Amino acid sequence: MAHYDFSTPVGEAAVRALRVNDTVTLNGTLYGIRDATQIHMFDRGRKTRFDLAGHAVIHTAPNVKKVEPSAAHPAGYAPVCVGTTTSARMERFTRPLMSQYGVGMIIGKGGLLADSLAAFAEFGGVYLAIVGGAAALETTWIEQIEDVDLIDLNPESLWRFRVKGFGPLLVAMDSHGASLYTELKKAAAGRRAAALASLGVK
Amino acid sequence: MKVDLKQVEEACKELYIRALKMLPPDIKQGFARLDKTETDATGKAILGTMIKNIKVAEDTDNLLCQDTGIPIYNVAIGRGVNVDGYGLKQAIRAGCARATREYPLRSSVVHPMTRANEHTSCGRGVPVIHIDFSNLNQTLAIEMIPKGSGSENSSWLKMAIPAEGVDAIKTFVVDCVLESGGKSCPPTIVGVGVGGTADLCVHLAKQAATRPLGSRCTDREGARLEQALSAAVNQLGVGPQGLGGDATAFAVHVETAATHITMNPVAVNMQCHSARRARATFTPGGVEYGF
Repeated sequence: MAHYDFSTPVGEAAVRALRVNDTVTLNGTLYGIRDATQIHMFDRGRKTRFDLAGHAVIHTAPNVKKVEPSAAHPAGYAPVCVGTTTSARMERFTRPLMSQYGVGMIIGKGGLLADSLAAFAEFGGVYLAIVGGAAALETTWIEQIEDVDLIDLNPESLWRFRVKGFGPLLVAMDSHGASLYTELKKAAAGRRAAALASLGVK
Repeated sequence: MKVDLKQVEEACKELYIRALKMLPPDIKQGFARLDKTETDATGKAILGTMIKNIKVAEDTDNLLCQDTGIPIYNVAIGRGVNVDGYGLKQAIRAGCARATREYPLRSSVVHPMTRANEHTSCGRGVPVIHIDFSNLNQTLAIEMIPKGSGSENSSWLKMAIPAEGVDAIKTFVVDCVLESGGKSCPPTIVGVGVGGTADLCVHLAKQAATRPLGSRCTDREGARLEQALSAAVNQLGVGPQGLGGDATAFAVHVETAATHITMNPVAVNMQCHSARRARATFTPGGVEYGF
């Protein structure tokens, strides 16, 4: 279990060095992406002008406030409350995010599934678990909203955040085929019989 | 008591914002209890982050979670209360929309097919408004619940049959907790509806999921069942965020209703750890806010 401080973007080798139970803290650019963003990007043929190669994306749809553009708010949006959402809904978008855009790290809660794990192995990727429902804290790690694309999808736009000390995030799925979610789900299923017996279920 | 609908609109705006920022004391106590007994290192660290987040939200006057949820308003009209019912519903809707625009909050509400967002947290049939009557004199109570979607997506209904008995209910609840894993943002309050019609059963599960911690089902059979299920689901090791540990659920809550001789329905609706709710109580003395 090692800790890594990354300035984004990072190369494939650095991502492949990560193992489950390591922790990562991010500095620099972080992209926010959501259901509608990816439905439009991968099902409806829309493209983003952002270069996501080697970057991290977080499954999020933030609370933002429209403000006058300024040095502090170059995109004209101030972050109000930024957290994460349940990743599993967006399972089928992991592969195109990696193969078409070169995304290296996906941040969210609840984990991704088998095809994402295979894509992580194939392209060199990881899933970083952030604590869901801890957005007030996580907002303090966000310095500004630098830019936004696909704004018509607000709040499910593609957001470019500048972050400082964004973490620690737990490596919960790695490029070596390990997933804490798969392991823990299996262990929990193994306790099902005992739980039912304690309830007197025949 | 004549209800001032302008005051109701203001309160419904205020309630949405308050609910998103401050956790009720029973939930905070629930966190302290789980933190004390958690034996898994990852689980303990995650609970620590959640507890820290509650303080950061209060210190920075920010929302606890980015998910502003689907707004639900539960109204209880007491005795001797004179209120224009239709106007009340309009005032609730107006307050909800104003909170969203004026704060501003993320509107998490879209049309189910076009996915169009009105940016008011309102839409067809939303906010959800439940109106009931209480025996309290000169009192109108409005409870606001911003229901998060991670846990709402962990909802199930099973129309079991009488021959399957209570065992079917118990097995179903355990299997829903396993299926939900980390997706519902555990530790959760697992709401279980038992009996009724299909729609009443799901509604009971929601009432159970949003009941304060420490409260008990008023049906003795339901109370026994929720106690047994609380112990059982916390043996599964799902843990905080589904990453392992003892704290899978703050509690299992059960609500019951009579059902048909041929039926044995059970529903599960989960409440995430950000178990938010706020209450405004109107009396002749004015409005009082609480949980």
